[in-house]
Amino acid sequence: MATTRTLQDVVFVDGARTPFGKAGPKGQYAQTRADDLMVKVIRELLRRHPELPPERIDEVAVAAATQTGDQGLTIGRTSALLAGLPRSVPGFAIDRMCAGAMTAVTTVASGIAVGAYDVAIAGGVESMTNHPIGQGADPNPRFVADRLVDPAALNMGNTAENLHDKYPQLTRERADAYAAESQRKYAQALAAGKIAPDLVPVATRSVEQGWGLATADEPPRPGTTAESIANLKTPFRPHGRVTAGSSSPLTDGATGCLLAAADVAAELGLPVRMRMVGFAFAGVDPETMGDGPIPATEKALAKAGLTIDDIGLIEINEAFAVQVLAFTDHFGLADDDPRLNQYGGAIAIGHPLASSGVRLMTQLARQFGERPDVRYGITTMCVGLGMGGTVIWENPNFVEGDAK
Amino acid sequence: MTSSTEPSTTAAADTHALELPGEVVTTATTRLIDVPGVDGKVALISLDNGQDHTRPSTFGPAGLRSLDAALDQAFEAAPAAIAVTGKPFVFAVGADLGGIGLLPNRDAAKAIGQLGHAVFRRLHDSQIPTFAFVNGAALGGGVEVGLHCHYRTLASNAAMMALPECFLGILPGWGGTQLLPKIAGPESAVTVIIENALNQNRMMKPKDALKLGVVDVVLDAADYLEQSLAWLAGVLDGSITVQRKEYGEADYAAAIERGRTISGMRTHGASAAPDRALDLIELSRTADLAVGFAAEDDALADLITSSEFRAGLYSFNLTQKRARKPVGAPDASLARPVSKVGVVGAGLMAGQLALLFARRLHVPVVLTEVDQDRLDRGIAAVHAEIAKLAGKGRISRDEGNRLTALVSGSLDYAVFADADFVIEAVFEELEVKKQVFGELEKFVSPEAVLATNTSSLSVAAMADGLQHPERVVGFHFFNPVAMMPLLEIVKIEGTDDAALATAFALAKQLKKGPILTADATGFVVNRLLLRFMGEILAAIDEGTPPEVADGALAPLGLPMTPIMLLQLVGPAVALHVQETLNASFPDRFVVSANLRRTVDAGVKALIAWNPDGSQGISPEVAELWQLGDSPSTAEQVRERALAALATEARLMLDEGVVAEAADIDLAMLTGAGWPFWLGGITPYLDREGISERVTGQRFNPPGVATLPA
Repeated sequence: MATTRTLQDVVFVDGARTPFGKAGPKGQYAQTRADDLMVKVIRELLRRHPELPPERIDEVAVAAATQTGDQGLTIGRTSALLAGLPRSVPGFAIDRMCAGAMTAVTTVASGIAVGAYDVAIAGGVESMTNHPIGQGADPNPRFVADRLVDPAALNMGNTAENLHDKYPQLTRERADAYAAESQRKYAQALAAGKIAPDLVPVATRSVEQGWGLATADEPPRPGTTAESIANLKTPFRPHGRVTAGSSSPLTDGATGCLLAAADVAAELGLPVRMRMVGFAFAGVDPETMGDGPIPATEKALAKAGLTIDDIGLIEINEAFAVQVLAFTDHFGLADDDPRLNQYGGAIAIGHPLASSGVRLMTQLARQFGERPDVRYGITTMCVGLGMGGTVIWENPNFVEGDAK
Repeated sequence: MTSSTEPSTTAAADTHALELPGEVVTTATTRLIDVPGVDGKVALISLDNGQDHTRPSTFGPAGLRSLDAALDQAFEAAPAAIAVTGKPFVFAVGADLGGIGLLPNRDAAKAIGQLGHAVFRRLHDSQIPTFAFVNGAALGGGVEVGLHCHYRTLASNAAMMALPECFLGILPGWGGTQLLPKIAGPESAVTVIIENALNQNRMMKPKDALKLGVVDVVLDAADYLEQSLAWLAGVLDGSITVQRKEYGEADYAAAIERGRTISGMRTHGASAAPDRALDLIELSRTADLAVGFAAEDDALADLITSSEFRAGLYSFNLTQKRARKPVGAPDASLARPVSKVGVVGAGLMAGQLALLFARRLHVPVVLTEVDQDRLDRGIAAVHAEIAKLAGKGRISRDEGNRLTALVSGSLDYAVFADADFVIEAVFEELEVKKQVFGELEKFVSPEAVLATNTSSLSVAAMADGLQHPERVVGFHFFNPVAMMPLLEIVKIEGTDDAALATAFALAKQLKKGPILTADATGFVVNRLLLRFMGEILAAIDEGTPPEVADGALAPLGLPMTPIMLLQLVGPAVALHVQETLNASFPDRFVVSANLRRTVDAGVKALIAWNPDGSQGISPEVAELWQLGDSPSTAEQVRERALAALATEARLMLDEGVVAEAADIDLAMLTGAGWPFWLGGITPYLDREGISERVTGQRFNPPGVATLPA
């Protein structure tokens, strides 16, 4: 007779990431393999937690939006083997485009909740140097023939322009102001030492310059102001609104986190930095995929029995400034609501597609540590082809009575 | 710029003229990087020759000057630390050997030593902490760069680390003999510089290098460079300390004594390099670095311009290059696939062959014998060998199961019907072998290669009368089959290219370094060894005391004396081969009466331990052997034996047994284990003037495997 099934609480033990690099031949990872980036993150998580016997890890789920070449061959398994995890530890590859790592987290969390896993690693990697978005994809001709999706929706910049059309109140000026603020908040967090602790230094190879060490994010442009980006070109549409200044740059990087069942974390002495409350994914029009976080968050809040007013911290991926503003407008938040992206966002840090979800979580976990007054936070992001994903987290440091 | 931390002169200033032709330049690139936990920059120097890992980075004068310039740049930046690392999988594998072997004279040889010292020393003398991040293969000068640094980390996947200089006939002359004893102690220095080098050029694995103290820490390959830099930060902030021991006079004395014993055993004084290296290790205890390095420069210059090193380099190239690209092999594309192997016989030799075929080819190997009992015993013996390998962890249990299933036996030749290659290893009797081939031909396909492992019989005679003699080859292994790299592949008149190509392809899969020989009695190795041994035995038969005759070749530093070799081969086998050779070449191969006496008496142990612990002729043999009344001196015996070798080698070339003297030398190096410093044998015969005196000509012009004229 099988043992009786009990649901397990899922906790976020720790997260780490590589410094992000600019995609392209001049970026710091121009000659570095994607799987190697992922390996460094896994090794760092294990190094930070010697109390975790590696053989207790039951799964390694790694996301990549393109799963060929150095991101191919089931990257969850290859990176586990390359990182020196015991061969008994399995792994798989997972894809939900930009929400890959987020989906890796929710998938293994589901496994933990039903008791299938004790401890799992979830993460994501994208070398946009080696794998430009949509590389090798062969869209079905019915998308066009049957008018299932406007072909222009396969270009993310176009969908951001479409979002400006959909919400005329979201002007270029508001988007540029938001983008400049993202850069400023990142610079401030960096200076305050809030970024470096989550980074894993990565040795970078360059045939021309010799070996280097990546210790910092490369994409941010400190000193950016709304004025300084006001005259940038709009590459997606003549006289459009979306510019390089208000978009996340093409980026290389990897992220990873350790998740565990609450009782296993207690057994092994693993720290608990966040407790998962719930999650939801939702679909929207592919042509305005930036809307995705709105229904995903509504759905997740409803399932958890919470409202947006219960949420004290929000980590939202900034694929484009307009898509964040669509979210804040929907929930009646100010463009500069203090709960939002305290360390800046992807417009500054960069957005290595499938890996970004776990960056949001790692940063939320750090903010939870600083904010015992906050009980709940969310991580949310939009996804290509019209989706959104939201995970709600509870702060284990929360002290009743201080609630805000 | 902080002049206090920068050695005052740039090392390469007065050596700009020094050049090595064809140097593939290893470029050193300095990059200033930030490392978490380190105040200020770290200057990280990458060594990279721009080729992939199959062409590892080496140092020649241009490479050394590049490192010198990279160090200028590093010191100029006044960094918190300087670290040196390599390209993927390779740190650096030492001096550009090809170039070193072409240095025109002693002055140039000395200059290259001095240049290396001057550049590397900057890492040693630096006031700024210096680190070697040995990320991959490190040999010779590559290891020495690391020894000059104050600290060393090593990657857990580094394929090899060694100071192989003494193996080639030189010594670690870029600081190795002076620094390693101080860092790792004289005992470890002797192990690395002398013992390992003379033990078939044994390489250290990372755990060995750590245990010997050659490196301070081994770090996992998965994030080696990152963790090396974190380790560096730990050393700088004091959270990591490296303990180094002091070594006293007694430590040195014991180590040097051990080194001398090893050197004596391995070289018998025939190669100067190990003893010069030991002198330098001894010197390192008392001499300051300037004196020690100057002594290294002189010793290295002497050795680079020695005949032994020229021969060593030649030998190295034969075993590394010619063995992999055998001369005379037909186009590899003509080779037919071998998906099943037959072995006729199930005795000791047949069993060794079966195991080798199964391990290397992973195809079914079927053995046959004359009766079930012998067959069962033979198969059981092979299976037991496989179990032993698995038991020792040399192969996995699954691999053991696989090999066991691959090796089977049958009394019925019909099992060979689908074999692509059948080798006979039955008794050395021509009629028996002919019968085996004749019987095989009834069952195998017309293309199946029929091979013989005969050591001295005529392969053509075995093929005579076959319907398809064109598929017959000789395939002569050396004992022990798993260890000895040589394979003599014998082509008879009618052997076609496809059969021969198949044989060579098979040799490669078996990881052997074959030579092509003609169908001449004894092929190469046995013919030379027996000719040479015949002279020693003849001298004894004539009246030379056995000890005198047996010791006559000592100055060559052969791995064993002729009579030890005779014991190893077995007197009965030796007699049989000698008789065969005598039948072919009656004027040069004489059958020794004392050898026949030994076999008749059934004596197998020829060598015994003397009461004083040395080895000598056993009393039983001394009593058995009858000496004539015209004794020779040791010198006369040596002259005679060497003259015989020169004559026989020249005849082989004249008869077309092999294509070139290099094949004879390769065969003697890898089939008889003759030492590198002899260059096999012909470079030695040339440099001693024997070939010219005896045959009227050299084997190779001066400068090829010998010093230039």
